[in-house]
Amino acid sequence: MTWSATARGAHQPDNTAFTQQRLPAWQPLLSASIALPLFFCAGLAFIGLGLGLYYSSNGIKELEYDYTGDLGTSNCSVCAAAGQGRSPPPRCSCAWYFSLPELFQGPVYLYYELTNFYQNYRRYGVSRDDEQLSGLPSALRHPANECAPYQLSAAGLPIAPCGAIANSLFNDSFSLWHQRRAGGPYVEVPLDRTGIAWWTDYHVKFRNPPLVNGSLALAFQGTAPPPNWHRPVYDLSTDPNNTGFINQDFVVWMRTAALPTFRKLYARIRQGNYSTGLPRGAYRVNITYNYPVRAFGGHKLIIFSSISWMGGKNPFLGIAYLVVGSLCILMGFVMLVVYIRYQDQNDEDEDEE
Amino acid sequence: MNTERESETTFEEDSQPNDEVVPYSDDETEDDLEDQEPAVEPEQNRVNREAEEIQEPFKKEGRQNNAIKTYKYNVFTFLPLNLLEQFKRAANLYFLILLILQTIPQISTLAWYTTLVPFLVVLGVTAIKDLVDDVARHKMDKEINNRTCEVIKDGRFKIAKWKEIQVGDVIRLKKNDFVPADILLLSSSEPNSLCYVETAELDGETNLKFKMALEITHQYLQKENSLATFDGFIECEEPNNRLDKFTGTLFWRKTSFPLDADRILLRGCVIRNTDFCHGLVIFAGADTKMMKNSGKTRFKRTKIDYLMNYMVYTIFVVLILLSAGLAIGHAYWEAQVGNYSWYLYSGEDATPSYRGFLNFWGYIIVLNTLVPISLYVSVEVIRLGQSHFINWDLQMYYAEKDTPAKARTTTLNEQLGQIHYIFSDKTGTLTQNIMTFKKCCINGHIYGPKQVDFSWNMYADGKLAFYDHYLIEQIQSGKEPGVRQFFFLLAVCHTVMVDRLDGQLNYQAASPDEGALVSAARNFGFAFLARTQNTITISELGTERTYKVLAILDFNSDRKRMSIIVRTPEGNIRLYCKGADTVIYERLHRMNPTKQETQDALDVSLTSTLCATDSKLGFWDYLELEWKLHFDLILQSFGMLLEISVLELPTNPPIVLVLYDGNEIFASETLRTLCLCYKEIEEKEFQEWNKKFMAASIASTNRDEALDKVYEEIEKDLILLGATAIEDRLQDGVPETISKLSKADIKIWVLTGDKKETAENIGFACELLTEDTTICYGEDINALLHTRMENQRNRGGVYAKFVPPVHEPFFPTGGNRALIITGSWLNEILLEKKTKKSNILKLKFPRTEEERRMRTQSKRRLEAKKEQQQQNFVDLACECSAVICCRVTPKQKAMVVDLVKRYKKAITLAIGDGANDVNMIKTAHIGVGISGQEGMQAVMSSDYSFAQFRYLQRLLLVHGRWSYIRMCKFLRYFFYKNFAFTLVHFWYSFFNGYSAQTAYEDWFITLYNLLYSSLPVLLMGLLDQDVSDKLSLRFPGLYVVGQRDLLFNYRRFFVSLLHGVLTSMILFFIPLGAYLQTVGQDGEAPSDYQSFAVTIASALIITVNFQIGLDTSYWTFVNAFSIFGSIALYFGIMFDFHSAGIHVLFPSAFQFTGTASNALRQPYIWLTIILTVAVCLLPVIAIRFLSMTIWPSESDKIQKHRKRLKAEEQWKRRQNVFRRGMSTRRSAYAFSHQPGYADLISSGRSIRKKRSPLDGVIADGTAEYRRTVES
Repeated sequence: MTWSATARGAHQPDNTAFTQQRLPAWQPLLSASIALPLFFCAGLAFIGLGLGLYYSSNGIKELEYDYTGDLGTSNCSVCAAAGQGRSPPPRCSCAWYFSLPELFQGPVYLYYELTNFYQNYRRYGVSRDDEQLSGLPSALRHPANECAPYQLSAAGLPIAPCGAIANSLFNDSFSLWHQRRAGGPYVEVPLDRTGIAWWTDYHVKFRNPPLVNGSLALAFQGTAPPPNWHRPVYDLSTDPNNTGFINQDFVVWMRTAALPTFRKLYARIRQGNYSTGLPRGAYRVNITYNYPVRAFGGHKLIIFSSISWMGGKNPFLGIAYLVVGSLCILMGFVMLVVYIRYQDQNDEDEDEE
Repeated sequence: MNTERESETTFEEDSQPNDEVVPYSDDETEDDLEDQEPAVEPEQNRVNREAEEIQEPFKKEGRQNNAIKTYKYNVFTFLPLNLLEQFKRAANLYFLILLILQTIPQISTLAWYTTLVPFLVVLGVTAIKDLVDDVARHKMDKEINNRTCEVIKDGRFKIAKWKEIQVGDVIRLKKNDFVPADILLLSSSEPNSLCYVETAELDGETNLKFKMALEITHQYLQKENSLATFDGFIECEEPNNRLDKFTGTLFWRKTSFPLDADRILLRGCVIRNTDFCHGLVIFAGADTKMMKNSGKTRFKRTKIDYLMNYMVYTIFVVLILLSAGLAIGHAYWEAQVGNYSWYLYSGEDATPSYRGFLNFWGYIIVLNTLVPISLYVSVEVIRLGQSHFINWDLQMYYAEKDTPAKARTTTLNEQLGQIHYIFSDKTGTLTQNIMTFKKCCINGHIYGPKQVDFSWNMYADGKLAFYDHYLIEQIQSGKEPGVRQFFFLLAVCHTVMVDRLDGQLNYQAASPDEGALVSAARNFGFAFLARTQNTITISELGTERTYKVLAILDFNSDRKRMSIIVRTPEGNIRLYCKGADTVIYERLHRMNPTKQETQDALDVSLTSTLCATDSKLGFWDYLELEWKLHFDLILQSFGMLLEISVLELPTNPPIVLVLYDGNEIFASETLRTLCLCYKEIEEKEFQEWNKKFMAASIASTNRDEALDKVYEEIEKDLILLGATAIEDRLQDGVPETISKLSKADIKIWVLTGDKKETAENIGFACELLTEDTTICYGEDINALLHTRMENQRNRGGVYAKFVPPVHEPFFPTGGNRALIITGSWLNEILLEKKTKKSNILKLKFPRTEEERRMRTQSKRRLEAKKEQQQQNFVDLACECSAVICCRVTPKQKAMVVDLVKRYKKAITLAIGDGANDVNMIKTAHIGVGISGQEGMQAVMSSDYSFAQFRYLQRLLLVHGRWSYIRMCKFLRYFFYKNFAFTLVHFWYSFFNGYSAQTAYEDWFITLYNLLYSSLPVLLMGLLDQDVSDKLSLRFPGLYVVGQRDLLFNYRRFFVSLLHGVLTSMILFFIPLGAYLQTVGQDGEAPSDYQSFAVTIASALIITVNFQIGLDTSYWTFVNAFSIFGSIALYFGIMFDFHSAGIHVLFPSAFQFTGTASNALRQPYIWLTIILTVAVCLLPVIAIRFLSMTIWPSESDKIQKHRKRLKAEEQWKRRQNVFRRGMSTRRSAYAFSHQPGYADLISSGRSIRKKRSPLDGVIADGTAEYRRTVES
């Protein structure tokens, strides 16, 4: 070390691997021994995964019913017609009857689906005040500007919850009745409506404002409900853990959908006799028909679905995996052929050189 | 003035270009080319600044002081000025406008921080870089401003700092001091107030120049007190940047004295050989000629810069089109769907088209990341890093002079990988510019390299390595009279000045060649000791003898010789002459005994070499290569006795060694030869001649020609003594470098001020020219171009413009051609001269309107012709494998570079070491300066500098190529990753009513370019190498990718964009398919917007980081770390931003609470991400593999065989030991192309002993001055 230090010129650059660009490096080459096995292995793996996904998706049962009532196809068309052009639409209810020839393997989930509903519209999506929803009293009184035109009521009171999303809260409700024997009485199937929102939403993102004198209603005093609502927000449910901003229907609705066709969880069926699923028999779903969708050409659907390890029924991924896997194998063969064909030629070239 | 007029007239007179003279001085053309002040009457221009009587202190106020300021900012102005500077750039302005747009709530589609944060980072990085630069300039300024010198204050010399010096101050400088300002020399310690300066810093010339004070100031201003009371008044020109011109007048004691450049010491010069001198400051600080010369650096940009800008504009147009399309879509959607969607009611009754209009701006903001905000700053960072790698490169570090390579500009690196043409200076660049006396031929006997002991000689300087004992014996024995005569001639016939310091002799020669000859004579015992105006003292083998010098017949480029006539102490008159062989032979006495032998020594022909070889061929033929390697080592151990040369013959094995005894042959590749001869002159003959000589030397018109004629009369019937050979050694590795570079398809042009023969000689030496090269000279070219012009004119006519120019070669294909052209021919061919003439004519008669129109018409025609001619010339020259331009002025050098730049649209590089190369260095796309020599001007104006020419191959083939590849890969990837990232918004808009909804979280958009995807690509841009440096040098063919713009062009750009577009489609549509219906594992619906955004973002980050992994061919641990680190960083930051804690703190800034943990819990989403990434990357792998297999590039092949090549390396290197050039006949002469000091010597002003009348000619311009002195 010392000798080199003395022999060095004052301006001599350092002789390190970095400065001399000699850092030890791995220079991978896309050789046949890497590329071909990669494609064959990936192809096989993808086909395996695809088969698994495909079959588990096929194993899922789904039962869906469009109750929009467009063309008089169902008894909800009465409600649909009644609501036509009237705002707010009158209270109306209708029912959907169906029967199960065999057990609908549980646990069963009840979803509603809306189509052509643009929850992902930008200005709709930002029309909320997360500070208000997280229970900050200041934000409760002064909703964010993004909420306009649902920021202040006509009377000038701050709207809670403010914004277009909250205002358009889905307000149809469903109850499920089961007739065990033909002609027998309909028994209400218990719907578990509590565990439907994300834990983080229910516990972190949505908080009620601090209670005033132990009352949620007093906490919301001086605010107005969104114009489309019939009830103030603290009256959404009688359950104190499910009312106000932490009402689970509300929380689920506030998590806006990615695409204009979306499903949202309405309830789980997992109590009592129905924990294993829906037994065979006739069923009736009572629908309170409130929500207008026909104006923008939307549809409302109600869906019963079971669940697998990969979630609900969706054949896309399984098929996509199968296709990609097969293409990989095909490509692998093409590459193999090309490789064999050109390898010889390249070797010849080099020999000539 | 006078000289200019003269040269103009000669210019018009001679019709045939003269190969020997440098066509015209630069200044003349400067008048034509640069639109300076109109030529007003000199009187008006004169009284511009004054340096008045220094005693009056109040007048000092407001004068320029000597402090220099090169820095741009100070503490307070940094922020505003730097920001202003930065916002001048279009890109920054664009982002500023975006920021302003974002503040408008109607159209703001992104959170304010998405653009602001990256923008601030970009501005910050640039500001820090500028700050560091400026701090360095501050330091430099401070160091210079605080240098000290002595200034007269209150009647005494006191030490003062440079910055305190003011115009009008009288200062004293000591030996080896730097001159602090432009000063008028008043007096010095030397006789006649002569002062020697070295101007290396200014013009790169290392030989000394002398400056002389006015007679009057010399007489009266020697003492401190007289200096203190000096009250002269000076009128002079405006400050300007001409180093060799100065006009002014000194008014003192009621007389006026003209001043010219010879009285002025310029800032940056160094005082040499002069104990002290006094001067009056005329220009200080920024007004000095040196400062006026600097700072005019032209801002250079690379080809890729231009390309990149166009691409950014293209992207910008794409952005506007996309936004407009989406805005129309939005308007349509609003009309069809939005207006009926009650839940979207916004409270405003805006029409769909107005909403569409708003959304146009909204989309401009959302899609702004198509134009990569960090592109420019990343490019700068990469270039800075690459520049540092150049600075750090040990293999471009010259240990002998402790000079590392230096990238002085950090913006041109990738251009180094695209060079087509190299323009090289010769002296000091290809050669070392150190002359050594190598061999001599006396009386037909050649004395060559054998180690000689000079210890017997007290004057030996111990530096000369000459290897021939026999010669010493000859000198000492004195048997051969010619030998002593020979060295005596060397000692006496020259214009060298001697300077005796502590018993040490120091020679100051006008040219290094001459210095080498005199030093050689001194080492052989004939030491030149002293000279006066008309005597010269020589120590001849210890005995001092003084000779009377009767005449010095100085060198000029026509005569190519110089002579001296001396009277020996015995009273004989002798003429000694040395000169180029061609001119000497003509003037030899018919009965010259040794002429043939000497001529033979000079004319070593190729055939004789081959004959010498014949006998050995048989032996060598049968030697195995391994054996030959071995044998070479044996031969080398014999020392200098044998020289080996390799001749390549088309036999098998292909290498045949040619052996010859090194002593047999005189002229080797780079020897400059000179013939020496003498003659005895009869007293009577001399007296007759002397009369003519005297008459000629006072002739008022055509004095030079008259003198030449007189000289001619006496320089005849000479007797040849012998010849000397001086080696102008090539720098190490020049031929290898040149052959490497030409294998890389780089054409090398040598541009030199040297003579044709010398240049040709060097051309052979550095293997630019070979024996089978057909050399074309100016005449040939002119003829060729003439016929071509004729043809074009005949073919042309009316339709000429519509016919596409057909490229027809000037030469039949095949064969090796080289072009050697002199500056005069260049002017002739390029019609430079004619326009000059017509300009003059035009100025003389501007008359009627008609005439003027005619004139402009003919001028236009001439312009067109000139252009055509230039085009033709460039085409022709580019067909030649080598081009040598000799006798060219700095201006012409720049012109040649410019021609190629203009007509070939090729990237050019100019390399040089001296001030005469500055023009060319500044003109070329890339200028390289050779540093480590004394001269700094070339380096100062260069973009890259290093110490040796041979480093050029590493700079281009390694650094340039790597930089180019890195930059191209970087840019391609950068455009790709931004398109892949941004266009997802585009696809998404079809599913959200074209509402400018973003597909990602705002924070992700903010940090994507900054953190998640920047480091790997930056590191690739810094570290990537496809093949190692050794292999890059070994396969120069790899270089052509850059020259042909193969790696980054519009096609590649669109391919990258397409890749980005496809990736963005995959990134959007696969998750879309997966999200159509899905619900989560636990029944909750994960099909919400936030989960969707996280899914796409995760897939994107993994894809682009893996993609850069695929693009990286040199995986160091840093790369691996950065790639996986970026992915890890993404997930880490995302989980943080989606955590409960941060939401509680800032509920509205972080809205994605819980999304990451909820979404990425689902195996379904992971499967989606994996599929997306696979679909993005697998096709890329497949395509790469297929193209590599089917159409492997050069680099692919080399990479494939990396190991085998490495093993070969060793073997190859040893083989290279053999490669040396054939020695061939070359002759040249050993004079520099400027006259020596003969004028000065004969003027007698430098001689201590006695003053002589000033009848010697100093310079034409001093005539006036002489009159003043005499009066």
